[in-house]
Amino acid sequence: MWTPELSLALALAIPAIGGVFVALLGSRPNLREAATLIAAVLLAFNVAYLVEVAQSQPTLNLATLAPGLHLVFKLEPLGAVFAAVASGLWIVNSLYSIGYMRGNNEKNQTRFYVCFCIAIAGAMGVALSGNLLTMFLFYEVLTLSTYPLVTHKGDAKAKRGGAIYLSILLGTSIGLLLPAVIATHFLAGSTDFMAGGLLALNEVTPAISSILLVLFAFGIGKAALMPVHPWLPNAMVAPTPVSALLHAVAVVKAGVFAMLKVGTYIFGPALIAITPAADALAWIAGISIVLASVVAMTKDNLKARLAFSTVSQLSYVTLGVMLGSPLAMLGGALQIVMHAWGKITLFMSAGAIYTATGKTEISQMDGLGRYMPWLFGAYTVGALSIIGLPPLGGSWPKLFLLQGAWDSGQGWLMVALIASSILNVAYLLPLSARGFFSPPEQAQLKRQPPMMVILPPVITALGVIVLFFLIGPLRDYLEPVFMSSTLAAEAAL
Amino acid sequence: MQFLADFLPAGVAMHAPALIVVIPLITAAVAALMPNGRVAWIVALVTAAAVALLSLNLLGQVAVEGVISYHMGGWAPPLGIEYRVDMLNVALLLLVGFVGLLCVFYALPSVADEIAENKQALFYSAFLVCFTGLLGVTITGDAFNVFVFLEISSISTYVLIAMGAGKDRRALTASYNYLILGTIGATFFVIGVGFLYMATGTLNMADMAEILAENGHNRVSQAAFAFIVVGLGLKAAMFPLHVWLPNAYAFAPNFVTAFLASTATKVAFYALIRFLFSVFHPDVSFVEMSFVWLFAVVGTVAMVVASLQAVFQTDARRLLAYSSVAQVGYMMLGLGMGTASGLSAGLLHLMNHALMKGALFMALGAFALNFGVRRIKDLAGMGKTMPASAMAFTIAGLSLVGVPLTVGFTSKWYLVTAALERGWWWAVAALMLSSLLALAYVARLLSAIWMDSPPTHHGELTQRRLAPWMVLVPMSILALANIYFFFHADPLVWLARSAAEAVMGGS
Repeated sequence: MWTPELSLALALAIPAIGGVFVALLGSRPNLREAATLIAAVLLAFNVAYLVEVAQSQPTLNLATLAPGLHLVFKLEPLGAVFAAVASGLWIVNSLYSIGYMRGNNEKNQTRFYVCFCIAIAGAMGVALSGNLLTMFLFYEVLTLSTYPLVTHKGDAKAKRGGAIYLSILLGTSIGLLLPAVIATHFLAGSTDFMAGGLLALNEVTPAISSILLVLFAFGIGKAALMPVHPWLPNAMVAPTPVSALLHAVAVVKAGVFAMLKVGTYIFGPALIAITPAADALAWIAGISIVLASVVAMTKDNLKARLAFSTVSQLSYVTLGVMLGSPLAMLGGALQIVMHAWGKITLFMSAGAIYTATGKTEISQMDGLGRYMPWLFGAYTVGALSIIGLPPLGGSWPKLFLLQGAWDSGQGWLMVALIASSILNVAYLLPLSARGFFSPPEQAQLKRQPPMMVILPPVITALGVIVLFFLIGPLRDYLEPVFMSSTLAAEAAL
Repeated sequence: MQFLADFLPAGVAMHAPALIVVIPLITAAVAALMPNGRVAWIVALVTAAAVALLSLNLLGQVAVEGVISYHMGGWAPPLGIEYRVDMLNVALLLLVGFVGLLCVFYALPSVADEIAENKQALFYSAFLVCFTGLLGVTITGDAFNVFVFLEISSISTYVLIAMGAGKDRRALTASYNYLILGTIGATFFVIGVGFLYMATGTLNMADMAEILAENGHNRVSQAAFAFIVVGLGLKAAMFPLHVWLPNAYAFAPNFVTAFLASTATKVAFYALIRFLFSVFHPDVSFVEMSFVWLFAVVGTVAMVVASLQAVFQTDARRLLAYSSVAQVGYMMLGLGMGTASGLSAGLLHLMNHALMKGALFMALGAFALNFGVRRIKDLAGMGKTMPASAMAFTIAGLSLVGVPLTVGFTSKWYLVTAALERGWWWAVAALMLSSLLALAYVARLLSAIWMDSPPTHHGELTQRRLAPWMVLVPMSILALANIYFFFHADPLVWLARSAAEAVMGGS
């Protein structure tokens, strides 16, 4: 009975049904939280099974809208890995959410958990989608379901942040991404993700592929390529668990994942390599990487700093796609995994500091590390991983991207990558230094932070270390995608 | 389809084309004689249900047997009046019939609130006259008959809009403005028909087409074309002939706005298509030129300019009215592509737009019914005080933007595809720009409804007050239809495509 197709349907159904239960149990918080956790664990098991069977590429037709328009799930390794990251971190983040939301006495918690479930369902939909139409649909579900989370506080600042969030994400997706999707359908007769690249197999001219690539690159606003990034810093008005899971993992990673999918299966590495606009976009990604890091340095608010750091780190994936070499794309794919674990650690640390002390500005955090050594330890591990130091997971994508940039003859982009790492040191590590080494200025704790907000970042920090050693299996799992894609595309061109 | 063709008794089915017009005409008189509004409403409801059933039956007949030609009173065309039903007008009949039925169902509480008790029976009578006129325009195959029914529907519409004066006296000026402009439009139209009669010596549309094709065109038929396009364009609120529409929609009774917004301009647009394709021929050079240089251009400008105007409105119904002008622009653009896929995309949007605007105006009517609000800022907190209506409004509003999971997305998909087939990249850009503007004005409404807190009365927040079920049911049906027809776009796409092929000869 347990078929891969059933499992695909369940990946969408589990969070959705979980959301229904959360809504029904709204008046009984303990049962409600249990529903979230059970859904998260079930989903993780289900996705683990999907990871096992991804190589056989099971397909599930969800609905036929009209002749030629299908909603389809098709599993492949990239999507399986993204689903695994999102669902795995959902468990950790749910624990953390419970601690944070209760610790800060937030209002409307039921709505919060319901929207969270829908957002996860949306992320699963993006991960498993078998064509652009399906991906676009779930991409929008993700946008709309996270809007109430961003505006959760309900004050003027939250509303303003929410308005920017929604207008940029919906605006770019409807104004740029949708025409790109329809144009792809028009040119190729379908929007299916195909090994080697749908457009490469349909022989489009360089001019058209350039236009489409630009539309995709900026239309996928969730990838936060400059200048469509301002939604991300503005989304930081959300409660920290939202910033942690959605704006470090599910939402932003759905964006760069979509970019990777488009690069791999719609264009194909070979077509990207001969598309003129790809070079320009690689440079824009390089500029994004450096510029966002510079902006991050100017921010004293910890979450704002982390947000700009995310903008910078996301462009690593876009860069990997635009370089068009299999190695760079592999680097991009690994960056999705590694950055997710690193960044969620940092965000959860920021939220834990806020829960314990009510502080949001880095300049006020002197000496806090002495009171919360585990938390600051976890933060430091996460930060080092994002900087790219071994033996932490974040070092691998940087290595592959450097090598990919060199192979693609874009040696100058290596400078951007190295500069960014140095800037990362400059804006991420001062907090560790202040926390551990600066004398505490009457840094009394409001209260001891609950275990539920300390433990999750420690878990993800350990995960970052483990991931460094898992590179072998990960690479074996993902590399065939880009290799076979390249071969198929070269055969077609 | 066979079932639809057969489910009525043979005698009824045979005369269905006449009955669909005659029944509302007779019941209009019956309604006027009813003692109170409630009984008159029952008459209107039964009539609308009968019309909806007849339209289904006609769909079955046309799908099974092809074009129906019905000779009024047994007089054979071209001398007698011919009612002619093909896939194009049966689609419109279905739309008017079913949306009309839902609107009438919705009417009772809304009309009871807005119209004086002693005028309600007459109000329903006027509505049924309007209904008759719209159905008549749609079904007739006689050019002069189109004029007659157009006037029947227009004159009753002036009355219906003026009835809004009970709530707001500005309804009278709105109605008067429409009366002046509508009469000019009707005059233009009848002058055009007169010229065509001069050129061809017949009033039957099919006959006209044959004679025009045989004799070729001359100055007279060209002048006729110009007059007819302007006359019908005014009725269809084709930019820049739309100036009567925003006030008419803003001040008419809520039920009337919901009904007109989802049917009246659509029927005028249909008549335009009928003349362009079935009387004149798209291959004729001046008709072909009008596609690109008139309809496509005007449609594109409307999409952008009217949407921009909508963004800056303060009255919720005026906002949606400007949005309607913009949406007519989408249909004009589809028509202007001059291809079967363009026309069918335009027609698909015509039907989808009726679903959206019907639900949106009904929800606004529900807000007005419970709280008497019409300005956007007064919608504050409706998400808390009237959650079901606010939800229906939200679904239809997102559909207007073209968000996936709604029919607005399907419309946009087909319109953009048709534009790409034609190689019109600028049209794709205009469509997207207009969608973004739609996002901007819908967001204004939605943020007031969901994000702002409800007003306070004597220091207490306004209590939750659900709309009456007779309002909720039709509104929810329309709102859910926006989602249903996303997942099952097939029937509407099929209808739009066969309608386009019916007038373009399957090209």
